[in-house]
Amino acid sequence: MSRFTRNVGSFDWVLILLYLALVAIGWVNIYSAAFDPDTQAFTSMNNLYFKQLVWIFLGFLIITFILFLDSKFFERFSSVIYIGSLLSLILLFVFGKTISGATSWYNLGFMSIQPSEFAKAATALALAKYLSDIQTNIKTIKDQVRALAIIAIPALIIIPQPDPGSALVYAAFFFPLYREGLAASYLILGASTITLFVLTLVLGPIYVSLIVLVIALILFARNRKKRPSKRLYIGLVAAACLFAFSVNYIFENIFEQRHRDRFNIVLGKEVDAKSIGYNTQQSEIAIGNGGWFGRGFLEGTQTKGKFVPEQHTDYIFSTVGEEWGFLGSTLVIILFVVLILRIIQLSEKQKNDFSRIYGYSLAGILFIHFVVNIGMVIGLLPTVGIPLPFFSYGGSGLWGFTILLFIFVKLDGNRVNEW
Amino acid sequence: MRKLLLLFIVLTTGVLFIARLFYLQVYDTSAAVLSESNAIKQQFEIPQRGRIYDRYGELLVSNQPSYDLMAIPREIKPFDTLKLCSLLNIDKEKLVKQLNKAIHYSPRHPSVIVPTMSQEEFAYLGEQMRKFEGFFIQKRSLRDYQIDFGANFLGYIQEVHQGIIDKQPYYISGDLIGRQGVEQKYEELLRGKKGIKYLQKDRFNRVIGPYKEGTLDQEPEEGKNIYLTIDSELQKYGEELMQGKRGGIVAIEPSTGEILALVAAPNYDPALMVGRERSKNYSKLDNDSIAKPLYDRALLGEYAPGSPFKALTGLIALQEGAISLDDRVYCNGGMRYGRGRTFGCHHHKSPVQMISGIAYSCNAYFGTAYLNTLNKYDTPQEGIAAWQGHLKSFGLGDFMGYDLPIGRPGFIPGASYYNKIHDYPNRRWGSAATLSNSIGQGEVALTPMQMAHFTATIANRGWFYRPHIIKKIEGQDTIPSQFEQKNYTTIDAKHFEPVIQGLNDVYNYGTAANLKVPGIDISGKTGTAENYAKIDGVTTQLTDHSTFVAFAPKDNPKIAIAIFVENGYWGSRYGGRIASLMIEKYINREVTRKDLEQWILTHTLEEEYAKPLSGKPFKINY
Repeated sequence: MSRFTRNVGSFDWVLILLYLALVAIGWVNIYSAAFDPDTQAFTSMNNLYFKQLVWIFLGFLIITFILFLDSKFFERFSSVIYIGSLLSLILLFVFGKTISGATSWYNLGFMSIQPSEFAKAATALALAKYLSDIQTNIKTIKDQVRALAIIAIPALIIIPQPDPGSALVYAAFFFPLYREGLAASYLILGASTITLFVLTLVLGPIYVSLIVLVIALILFARNRKKRPSKRLYIGLVAAACLFAFSVNYIFENIFEQRHRDRFNIVLGKEVDAKSIGYNTQQSEIAIGNGGWFGRGFLEGTQTKGKFVPEQHTDYIFSTVGEEWGFLGSTLVIILFVVLILRIIQLSEKQKNDFSRIYGYSLAGILFIHFVVNIGMVIGLLPTVGIPLPFFSYGGSGLWGFTILLFIFVKLDGNRVNEW
Repeated sequence: MRKLLLLFIVLTTGVLFIARLFYLQVYDTSAAVLSESNAIKQQFEIPQRGRIYDRYGELLVSNQPSYDLMAIPREIKPFDTLKLCSLLNIDKEKLVKQLNKAIHYSPRHPSVIVPTMSQEEFAYLGEQMRKFEGFFIQKRSLRDYQIDFGANFLGYIQEVHQGIIDKQPYYISGDLIGRQGVEQKYEELLRGKKGIKYLQKDRFNRVIGPYKEGTLDQEPEEGKNIYLTIDSELQKYGEELMQGKRGGIVAIEPSTGEILALVAAPNYDPALMVGRERSKNYSKLDNDSIAKPLYDRALLGEYAPGSPFKALTGLIALQEGAISLDDRVYCNGGMRYGRGRTFGCHHHKSPVQMISGIAYSCNAYFGTAYLNTLNKYDTPQEGIAAWQGHLKSFGLGDFMGYDLPIGRPGFIPGASYYNKIHDYPNRRWGSAATLSNSIGQGEVALTPMQMAHFTATIANRGWFYRPHIIKKIEGQDTIPSQFEQKNYTTIDAKHFEPVIQGLNDVYNYGTAANLKVPGIDISGKTGTAENYAKIDGVTTQLTDHSTFVAFAPKDNPKIAIAIFVENGYWGSRYGGRIASLMIEKYINREVTRKDLEQWILTHTLEEEYAKPLSGKPFKINY
């Protein structure tokens, strides 16, 4: 107890207050989305909002537990936690329970646990441990491959559950890698790949190839004096064109129709309000219905009518949009942005590499969830089912993010005791 | 740089998201509209339409329940088409057509499939309804007519069409609206106000409760009962007298402008416009292009007023000082004017003065009075303008602002009209060119309503209230203010006495001497109007129209009346007889001259109306 009380003052209360605010706002919106005027008493376990309240209070127990542990615990046991986490993912193929098509859960009777929500924290710990090792040099190809393996193994186990959305989140680990010195060419490569991908879907491979050629010629002409290598340019242009054509091939032949539809709807190529585009359209209607100030708590007509599917989980932000309007949803956006920025700021202050790398991993994971989830709900990105941190209904998700965040709070709180 | 990448991306994303939210929530408002339509259901409660009574509180029009078969297309499950058709007594094509129409209107909103079923049809169908999912029965209220006359001023109600829905958002498809007559004019009072309940729906289109705890709901407002100025007994009597004739009767109470009777002949039973046979009946009436039962001759027929107009010519001449009461005019079968032309007249005692001139209906006297009036001025233009001004002060030559939705202005020509037809200033015209106006022929035209109105104004000695049909609105102390405002003509009251004496003498020794009613002092004037029709491209003269105006009693008049009977020959033959019967009926409430009544009831003009259509040569005016 003495250690905990001694440390209370050193915990970052901005993070804790932001956490509490997001969880509270999230719960209010789950209450609204799951509200049914005809149902039983508030404290029934049939009420999703009451269940979530229970998860929140159990979350507080988890927080207390984490803050009581020795801060060295996480660094010391990161490998064990990581391997345990991988095992929990693998054993799903044997003992897993299938919910809406994905075998991602363990059935504990009173609740289901989704191990992929906890694997993110485990991976973040393992990556931080590996990169902070004095012998690791991220500039070498060998260590890059090893770091990539730490990230990719859990992702590759999650993809066939199938839950590609959750696997996508592992892209977040690019941010700590880059922060720790991964070459900028990877960043350029990654950015150009995404740009080429989207452009190919919009314009088709032929136009994209022409554009690439024109850009290459301009760059070559401007750098003439430096005698650039002709081979490099030709190779890059050829690779880009090949990529564009293969994207087209993959999109048309390997992607399933539902994936194609999701992209086409976001790109505005297809308008289909009945089946595939229904979620996005209903979500946009609900948000648009909010106006400046929102319809008010429990007054959202779209929310009440349960027009938006999965509104208490992945589409929870549409409730914010409808009932609290532009002002309310902007506030939520700002809270998330401030939370992530605060984590980055604190990470930079860390004196030990493990804490900094972990902090960047946390920021990256929260950011990917934030972008992909809200981007989907407001119709900017294709439909990918991942939860909004601290908001979406679900015990595993809430606890996974709580653990992720509070390990960092604990690590950061110990900053002053280092050396 | 490495420290700033994530920071930069996070901030950019935040700004982008807020911009997108601004677009969705503030800039683009179409979502709110979509939301209204898919999450909120409006349920309407249609109040009982107001009842219509006559001036004595006699019930004319009330309501009866009726039932519509409705359907919400997307909720329809496969059903036994043949069975439904046989229950409804319609054929399959008709049902399919109605269903397609409903789908076209809206798959989610109810449409009428079979309108206005009777109580019996409903009882039969009601038991079977559960077999037809997506169909339901909606009760509504239809008009129940207590009388079989008065269709022309009552009007009817019908389903709104798209044109009305577009203009007046109060109405939605399937609503009823008043058409024609008082149903149209007093639609807003009679219909009341629909109640609206807003209900929250879920995504399966099920109602899950009131929207906003019902705070936006509106209670229905009952339709208001209205009382008409019509004397239903007089109206009924008038329509009986006009059986087999074409024309109109308008009776007005001079002291108030209240319309006591408004008869258009032929007329029809208002009950024909109710129920499932409505459109069939309507087409039948509408297609009758010969008798034109839907054409209200009392309000729409513009005819040459004929001799009754002489009273107005006399009044204007007196007011203008163009003739004095003592002036005598000699008449030997007419007056000579211009270059040896004659303005013809019938044979009567000569010379005449104002009073005897009216009594004998002397064309020469009024021709002279008219020319004297116009020639008082330097130019015929100024003269005719002064003459027109006096007539306008009676409200003639214009829509009179009465509370019925149809009407015609009639025609009182002015200087600009004659300038145009005579190609002025290239050619000049003189006041003699307009001489026919003096005796109500020529260019002047009035509707029977206007004839009754000016008669009432003469009876009042120069003032009037606008004619109106509304007597009282339930729950209101007043009627529309334009009917409570007294209007004065430009003729001084003193000039009316001699003219009225002349009209009175028409009954004493003039053209209606044989139509006196015992105990009632009537003043009136006969009229006979020549008229022509084109038969196979040849303009052919038909038997004269019979017109008559009268008011009674001479002092404190209670009724002013105008009668117009197409091809009724001379004024007193039909017009005069009907007027005297109507006046007797109104004032004494009983008709003692049964012979006269029988003569009118048993004489029809169908033979006369058949003549121009027979294709054979025919004789007129016998």
